[in-house]
Amino acid sequence: MARVSIRNEIRFILNGRNVVLSSVAPDATLLDWLRLDRSLRGTKEGCAEGDCGACTVLVGKLSAGGLVYESVNACIRFLGSLDGTHVVTVEHLRGEPGQLHPVQQAMVDFHGSQCGFCTPGFVMSLYGLWMKTPDPSNAAIEKALQGNLCRCTGYEAIMRAAHAISSYGKAAKDPLAVERKAIMARLEAMQDGARIEIGSAKARLIVPANVDDFAAILDKEPGATIVAGSTDVGLWVTKHMRDISPVIFIGNLDGLCAISEDQSVISIGAGVTYTDAFSTLANRIPALGPLFDRIGGEQVRNMGTIGGNIANGSPIGDTPPPLIALGARLTLRKGSKRRTIPLETFFIAYGKQDRQPGEFVEAVHVPVPAKGEKFAVYKITKRRDEDITAALGAFFLTLAQDGTVADVRIAYGGMAATPKRASAVEKALLGKPWTEETVGTAMAEYTRDFTPLTDMRASAEYRALAAKNLLLRFFVEATGTKAPFQVSRNEAA
Amino acid sequence: MNKHATSNLKAEKIAGGVATDQRHDSAHKHVSGAAVYIDDMPEPAGTLHVGLGLSKVAHGTLKSVDISAVRSAPGVVDVLTYADVPGENDVSPSGMHDDPVLAEGKVQFFGQPIFAVIAETRDAARRAARLAKIEYDEIPAILGIWPLDPVTDRLVTTPLTLRRGDAAAAIAAAPRRVKGRMKLGGQDHFYLEGQVSLAVPGEDDEVTVYCSTQGPSETQHLVSHALGVPSHAVTVEVRRMGGGFGGKETQANQCAAIAAIAAKKLKRAVKVRLDRDEDMTATGKRHDFAIDYEVGFDDEGNILGVDFMFALNAGFSADLSGPVGDRALFHCDNAYFYPNVHAKSAPLYTNTVSNTAFRGFGGPQGMIGAERIIDEVAFAVGKDPLEIRKLNFYDPMEAIGRRNVTPYHQKVEDNIIQRIVAELEESANYPRRRREIQAFNANSRFIKRGLALTPVKFGISFTKTESNQAGALVHVYADGSVHMNHGGTEMGQGLHLKVAQVVAEEFQIDLERVKITATTTAKVPNTAPTAASSGADLNGMAAQNAARQIRQRLTDFAAERYQVPVDQVVFLPNRVRVGNQEVSFNDLVRQAYIARVQLSAAGFYKTPKIHWDRGKGQGHAFYYYAYGAACAEVSVDTLTGEYVVERADILHDCGRSLNRAIDIGQVEGGFIQGMGWLTTEELWWDDKGRLRTHAPSTYKIPLASDRPKIFNVALTDWSQAYEPTIHRSKAVGEPPLPHGMSVLHALSDAVASVADHKICPRLDAPATPERVLMAIERLKKEVKSGA
Repeated sequence: MARVSIRNEIRFILNGRNVVLSSVAPDATLLDWLRLDRSLRGTKEGCAEGDCGACTVLVGKLSAGGLVYESVNACIRFLGSLDGTHVVTVEHLRGEPGQLHPVQQAMVDFHGSQCGFCTPGFVMSLYGLWMKTPDPSNAAIEKALQGNLCRCTGYEAIMRAAHAISSYGKAAKDPLAVERKAIMARLEAMQDGARIEIGSAKARLIVPANVDDFAAILDKEPGATIVAGSTDVGLWVTKHMRDISPVIFIGNLDGLCAISEDQSVISIGAGVTYTDAFSTLANRIPALGPLFDRIGGEQVRNMGTIGGNIANGSPIGDTPPPLIALGARLTLRKGSKRRTIPLETFFIAYGKQDRQPGEFVEAVHVPVPAKGEKFAVYKITKRRDEDITAALGAFFLTLAQDGTVADVRIAYGGMAATPKRASAVEKALLGKPWTEETVGTAMAEYTRDFTPLTDMRASAEYRALAAKNLLLRFFVEATGTKAPFQVSRNEAA
Repeated sequence: MNKHATSNLKAEKIAGGVATDQRHDSAHKHVSGAAVYIDDMPEPAGTLHVGLGLSKVAHGTLKSVDISAVRSAPGVVDVLTYADVPGENDVSPSGMHDDPVLAEGKVQFFGQPIFAVIAETRDAARRAARLAKIEYDEIPAILGIWPLDPVTDRLVTTPLTLRRGDAAAAIAAAPRRVKGRMKLGGQDHFYLEGQVSLAVPGEDDEVTVYCSTQGPSETQHLVSHALGVPSHAVTVEVRRMGGGFGGKETQANQCAAIAAIAAKKLKRAVKVRLDRDEDMTATGKRHDFAIDYEVGFDDEGNILGVDFMFALNAGFSADLSGPVGDRALFHCDNAYFYPNVHAKSAPLYTNTVSNTAFRGFGGPQGMIGAERIIDEVAFAVGKDPLEIRKLNFYDPMEAIGRRNVTPYHQKVEDNIIQRIVAELEESANYPRRRREIQAFNANSRFIKRGLALTPVKFGISFTKTESNQAGALVHVYADGSVHMNHGGTEMGQGLHLKVAQVVAEEFQIDLERVKITATTTAKVPNTAPTAASSGADLNGMAAQNAARQIRQRLTDFAAERYQVPVDQVVFLPNRVRVGNQEVSFNDLVRQAYIARVQLSAAGFYKTPKIHWDRGKGQGHAFYYYAYGAACAEVSVDTLTGEYVVERADILHDCGRSLNRAIDIGQVEGGFIQGMGWLTTEELWWDDKGRLRTHAPSTYKIPLASDRPKIFNVALTDWSQAYEPTIHRSKAVGEPPLPHGMSVLHALSDAVASVADHKICPRLDAPATPERVLMAIERLKKEVKSGA
């Protein structure tokens, strides 16, 4: 393996200035650093868990598409993960001399703030949206604001403001657009292909130079905490004050951020974010689009990865059930050794996955349903958007020529200690005519497959009932009748 | 910019007077991150930070509290327990002495603060707080009110009874009767800015506390009690809060007291800022209720007699639970006349956090009881609930009827609910949509729609009479610019702006000439908390009073100086006409200053007419009422209970609005907050009494995508306050929140469709998808068993 050079500092741009930090705690958050070290106090802490959006900032990163700015939650974004990025806070928004930025002026004129505490976060989310989509639809605005809570306005005024931004200025003339090339040059100049190591003994962070480097480091330090999007590990720190050192930040590894596809399979690197996976997945497997739109808020989707969602083994992760139903396979890697297993077998028990010390999730391979193969996924939550699953069901089905069920895979989240197949239900369907009567018989089998728990998201009774009703929903939708079968918020974004 | 030069001396109207749409005075600072909240203030050098040690059991005596590991943790400067409280270990706002600053001997809820770590950084303080070894002798805990008996179980304070006529006899004699029980959940405030206080020690016994509080005077008094010093030693200041909603009326006091005690002990500035989890665990919320009701009525749906028991979960201490229960009773009629009524409150003791004020203050819970009764009657007689509502409204103000006396014997003199409901029915196309929904439901197997139109009548005044007073302090500087201060606090509702508009109007100067300043107990003493929707009513009047005193002095001065009669001194926009000449306001002020005229005044106001005898349950409890109505339509998935709000229309009465832009914001925001309370916001405690919905990941307030798809909000452009309120405007903080009831009742209507509207769904709140689905299942079963 090629030797990599080692650097002991992280470098990024904060608003207008280059920043070089050689002393960074592995668990230091961007928010605390902004507020306490830089006295940039426009960015607020509302929840410290990535749910309220008061801490929203933009992070610009170099990618194939150039320099892309995305909204993120500074409260759970680790400072050490920012190497080579451009961090933009509310203090950096600029309009014409002596004037507010168009996003800000629209918010002022349309009465988009009351107490004002959430407002900088809303401004940043809307700014991120406006740069990409200057004239967004209602649905697009709502999607961009799923990760921003406002307790005062009822949002109506913010929506009016969001629609009006482009009448205050042109996105193409925005400073971040005008300065983009210069910023890119500055970011490129920071890239040296080095591994970053900061700290020692009890407080260490490592940013590998590339995937091979990561594999080698992890092989040597199997106890290290792997952090991709930090949407989960961030809470270990802010809420549980867990010691996570040494930390390996992998969010920037190009080698893990690739998506490749052919006729039948999409392979997604473990570091691909929900946002980056969206267009490919929603395009090839349309049922996944609406699901992905309901994972976290925009900031979380910009940070969180499918690989992380799988690797942390949560029974309420949103991606494993549909991927299991689709028959996905998982590639794990330790050093230079790889193995590929059915995703389903990765989840052994609560908190236990088929991952050896020093091994990491490298990619997931998702078969694309062929024509005639039916696939659907339904997520049930207390609040429609930005909520954690109470129960989630995924259905894959093929019919034989004679209308009987030729193949069926049903997987659920939130119903057991792991993402789990409904094998008794599947058995009751397999080989039977695909009729409502068969479905009714199969619905009685759910009690064999699942004994869900009662918790703050839902009672056992509700989970059991709603879960089996989803099979009926799948049936009526799959049989193609036109009447509505789900309540829906919006036409497509 | 030299603002002095910009005043338009020829204007026909000032810029920014009353009844004009002004943007929030801090809007430009909100959007740029320049608005300073307590945690954004530059800390004095050496500021220390606090971490709290919270109880891990719901009820128990403290067997041993070993904080040695906490003390020796890195960065720790000191650890405070109850023994460090120099004055009284109590922040009870009710005088019941039941709210310790730090637990003493026993703990009464999971999450109660036991000790406070003071450390060099917040991080160090939080980490150290986890190192305590506390042993408890656990005592059986009461974790909810549902199983309790409101008559025999322990109460935290004296309950209230309202009685008019003979309810029992009327119900017994009524042709029809229904009895039932409703479960109504609580609500976390979820202000985006959590509880925070920064205490800076001064000389002698002085301390200044910068505190995110709705009641600076109350905070001042309780901090002084805890410190054992006179109130004059304590100054409390707040420029703005990042949301309050009642959650910072009394709940700010504990953090303020801890910060002040530590600051005085250690002679350094000390900041307490709660983490969201701690905030939600350790501070009070909207009360959950169990409402027992019985109603007697005739075949038409006329209500003849009503009996209510409103049991509310006070938590472990009284806090404001007595008055909250009172206000529930004051609103158990909503907009309806009950010929005979008996209603009782029961503020029950439980081992949960002590519940407190929350926008509406029990009023919405009372109204929910009224609307449940309407539903029961409607289903019993087979009519649209809206018909039953209209049948039972109080007589309109123009009618000289007898159906206008409330359960607390106050006459309703300003009722405009009929006109509001009629206008809303028309603008929302209620009858047509009712038919369309019927047709839709008949053809849709799984998705069912529901529609409801609910009224609101909300009483305005503190029921604690002494709270209905306000002060203001207005200075006119020699350059003609004005400094305005009053006892109200700004939490986003635009109070400072409205009061500034009032002051600008009095002086006839542009709004930008009036400086809004932080609320501080050093400028205006003994103020009421900014609560009960009263902020603009009280403080607007007090500021007007102050401005009028100065204006009178300027008038007298001008009359004398220019030798004209007083009635020839007229304040015009930015100028004063004196006889037949005009002088700019600024010039007149300058002349008055040179002539040694006092240009500062303290203003005062107390609400007239009101009185209340709690023992008798009678009085003129409210100065006036605010009215409104909302119409909501929902779609419900009967397979999962999931739903969306298709449309909502609201017509709301703000009297002659001081600022329509601000008021519409209050109505929109209040509706969404009320909707959240009744739909997705569910507080969930486990069997140890530990709140498990203690952060936004688990506690779900509405998002932008939960708004009604179509959302029409209008203010009545024809109404004006019946009483001489400030420019005949009406209070707007709380009254719109219960419009969220329309969504609960629309959901109920959709649920009812699965049983052909024959069975009252008795949908409890919050109506989560789970509750909706379970109600649907229950109705389906009842239909089957009935068939």
